[in-house]
Amino acid sequence: MSGLRDKQAGLLLDEALIFERSAPGRIGADVAAETGVPQDHLPPELLRDSIEGFPEVSEPEVLRHFLRLSQWNFGTATTFYPLGSCTMKYNPLANEVAARLPGFANLHPLAPDETAQGALELCWQLQDMLAEISGMDAISLQPAAGAHGELTGMKMVRAYHRDHGGARSTVLIPASAHGTNPASAALAGYKVQTVEGNQLGLVDAEAVRRAMTDQVAALMITNPNTLGLFEREIAQVAEAVHAKGGLVYFDGANLNALLGVAKPGKVGADVLQFNLHKTFSTPHGGGGPGAGPIGVRAPLAPYLPGPRLARHDDGLRWSAIPQRSIGRVRSFHGNVGMLVRAYAYILALGGDGLTQATRMAVLAANYLRVRLAETYQLAQPAICMHECVFTDKTLEPHGVKTLDVAKRLLDYGTYAPTIYFPLVVPGALMIEPTESESLETLDAFIASMQAIAREARDTPDVLHNAPTTTPIGRLDEARAARRPVLRWSKSE
Amino acid sequence: MRFIPHSPTDIAHMLDAVGVRDVEQLFCDIPAALRASGAIDLPPGVSEQDVRRRLERLAARNSGAAMLSFLGAGAYPHFSPAVVDNILQRAEFYSAYTPYQPEVSQGTLQAIFEFQTLVAMLFDMDVGNASMYDGASATAEAVLMALRLQPKRPRVVLARSLHPEYRETVRTYVEGAGEAELLEAPFGADGRVDAAWLAQALDAHSAALVVGYPNLFGVVEDLDALRAAASAAGALLVTASAEPLALALLKPPGACGADIAVGEGQSFGVPLSYGGPGVGLFTTRTAHVRSMPGRLVGEAHDDAGRRGYVLTLATREQHIRRERATSNICTNHGLIALAVTVYLSLLGRQGLRALAHVNLARAHRAAARLTRGGRWQAAFSGPFFNEFTLRGRGVAAAVARAQDAGVLAGVPLARWYAELEDALLIAVTEVHDDADIERLAEVLDA
Repeated sequence: MSGLRDKQAGLLLDEALIFERSAPGRIGADVAAETGVPQDHLPPELLRDSIEGFPEVSEPEVLRHFLRLSQWNFGTATTFYPLGSCTMKYNPLANEVAARLPGFANLHPLAPDETAQGALELCWQLQDMLAEISGMDAISLQPAAGAHGELTGMKMVRAYHRDHGGARSTVLIPASAHGTNPASAALAGYKVQTVEGNQLGLVDAEAVRRAMTDQVAALMITNPNTLGLFEREIAQVAEAVHAKGGLVYFDGANLNALLGVAKPGKVGADVLQFNLHKTFSTPHGGGGPGAGPIGVRAPLAPYLPGPRLARHDDGLRWSAIPQRSIGRVRSFHGNVGMLVRAYAYILALGGDGLTQATRMAVLAANYLRVRLAETYQLAQPAICMHECVFTDKTLEPHGVKTLDVAKRLLDYGTYAPTIYFPLVVPGALMIEPTESESLETLDAFIASMQAIAREARDTPDVLHNAPTTTPIGRLDEARAARRPVLRWSKSE
Repeated sequence: MRFIPHSPTDIAHMLDAVGVRDVEQLFCDIPAALRASGAIDLPPGVSEQDVRRRLERLAARNSGAAMLSFLGAGAYPHFSPAVVDNILQRAEFYSAYTPYQPEVSQGTLQAIFEFQTLVAMLFDMDVGNASMYDGASATAEAVLMALRLQPKRPRVVLARSLHPEYRETVRTYVEGAGEAELLEAPFGADGRVDAAWLAQALDAHSAALVVGYPNLFGVVEDLDALRAAASAAGALLVTASAEPLALALLKPPGACGADIAVGEGQSFGVPLSYGGPGVGLFTTRTAHVRSMPGRLVGEAHDDAGRRGYVLTLATREQHIRRERATSNICTNHGLIALAVTVYLSLLGRQGLRALAHVNLARAHRAAARLTRGGRWQAAFSGPFFNEFTLRGRGVAAAVARAQDAGVLAGVPLARWYAELEDALLIAVTEVHDDADIERLAEVLDA
């Protein structure tokens, strides 16, 4: 193989940076001819000479570059993606078509309301659908992502207390919560106080009762929690919070476990965010865009971000931002392109289909829980909801860690579970199969996990060196962070 | 249900393995009272064909999408080459998560690294992040970052000529985050920030000055003068570009000494989609990287010395630092960042400048044509890029007549500015040809 580096064989081709493909005089798009020069219209001191470093590449080269990059990704469309807490379900193609309909794609956000009635009608209906699904009274579609919804919700909690007995200082958050919860609470100006879980990892109503004071603005709770367990005492927990005038923020990240099964609004939730890119099938996009609508009970509705939709005799219109609203959290109306996809998904499944999705997601998670428990140690033995969590304890004697298992799974053609989270479980492997995966896929995953456990015992170095079949091996992340190179530059 | 693969046999097999009689038993942890109220009252699901029909009917009611439109104000109609959407439709990209496992996410990671580089080059700043939600939230995060960098200075001055929805978003984000105070810098007859006012207002309490570049009126601010005014008071300069195509021609924020430069990337190949998703662009100086919000991708190497890319400097972020993170952002707008990356790669060094020139020339031709008859005058004397403000009596009626004739003539600024009730904001890009401009002149009675 002289002259042929090992990763230049087959499909695994090296791909230079787009800047390294550049050569002077190439272009990848047509631009209309136009007379004159910029100096005709702008004073020279306002102008730049060139965009230093920008690439010059032809259209076919640009296409090939990004197609090759795409081939280096695992996605749910290509691969089982059991990433816990991320709900990597199938992203229906019909939704992609819907969002690209010219009537939506070409609609300007400031188009007069009477020329945007289809978009407004869709938003209105989606608000109703999400209210029905969650049991909440009012919905805003504005937030762009789950964490953005959390921030919006906590700002509303703040505004509510300002009008009802005065500002409060603290937010209670269970130790098992997603990192976005404390970060969102802090960004809204709150101190964070951690509530430890009980032996089962659940929030204890008694512990909340003890922690509740008239300075606690809210409890943020994820249900099912990040161990995949339903918070059984949720009603009593909510009661304890409400008894001291606090509010319950319900993190809806795990809503895929509850569709048609239980409604947060009936369980004591005052505020919750929906992650449309988890529960409602809009694609994750390699890190967004998502959409994080927020739902509230009636007493909090006046604080929702504005503008708000209102129905009049002649159709739907955006109203001015209401006086008590927290204001706007972004420009325009929300990630409408993602709202179209979620709406199409809810239409396609209907109430029964959504319920079936939850039932199958929970069944699949329990199937993995029981089958994998033969080989790996469960963080909690109980029946789980949409995900199950294991530890790396049984691997310890062989000097193998969770990270090694995750990397070896890549060699087996599966994406890795969420690892080292929740923080309350040492060496956590958090597995969420969703309803989309067939029994054969689940069985193949179980077989891979069993094979990896055997390798851990017999040939642990195979795990330490994994992955070996990917375009690149384990990367030195510590060094990358010590001396960060965050962009290409010519001098390199 | 076509998305769910489990047959009755599969279900029976799984139930048997789990050791329960039926699926219902799996929900035994949920108190009966809560279970009882859990059912969803929505109609049954419908076929793909019926979903399509219903969406098409709704889309058809968006008549504005098909009209000749000169609406801008933070969202711009631009042509997007076919390659952009083809890449966005690659499921390997859109169905992936945030690249936590770099070995099987190099496509996403390398594309983001290229995105960071392109955005930093366009703004002429040291470093760009992996994206924010949009221009407004990026501006709000920039203000919070400026307050972190200047902890003894509680005041931020926002140009009144900055996009009103950006200002509103900043206000929402800042409320409750410490004791910060926001001031509004007025604009002068040229549509630029009032320099005399600024010289008085900026002082030792000022953390930052935030301006639009170009601003909401389409006017290009004198950044060199604003930099000098901010520096004299020790304040940071933050710029927000809602139409960053302008930066292909304009002296970039970095060259003018901006400390943080943000923007909205929708112009670069991304459909309007009624205002979202677009993508927030966020850049700063190397010295401030560790105070930056959002994800960052960096270069790394494997044991064999091969180059690759990883998420880096994560200790700033919520999943590590929790309540002490620089931001709560987790999911960002990665796929839209990819669209921007493909678009800017296609246009490239020459194409983007040529396209910006087309925008500039056509907007100026339109402004000249529309002001020819005397019915409309330029509202501001300052230089502009592809958007400009006209002034004339009866804006609302004129816009309504234009709409009846099938033309969305522009954004009446009375929407946001009581003092500009006779002003109309008009955006002209490469999608408008001379006939379109003539048609606009006709319906506006110019």
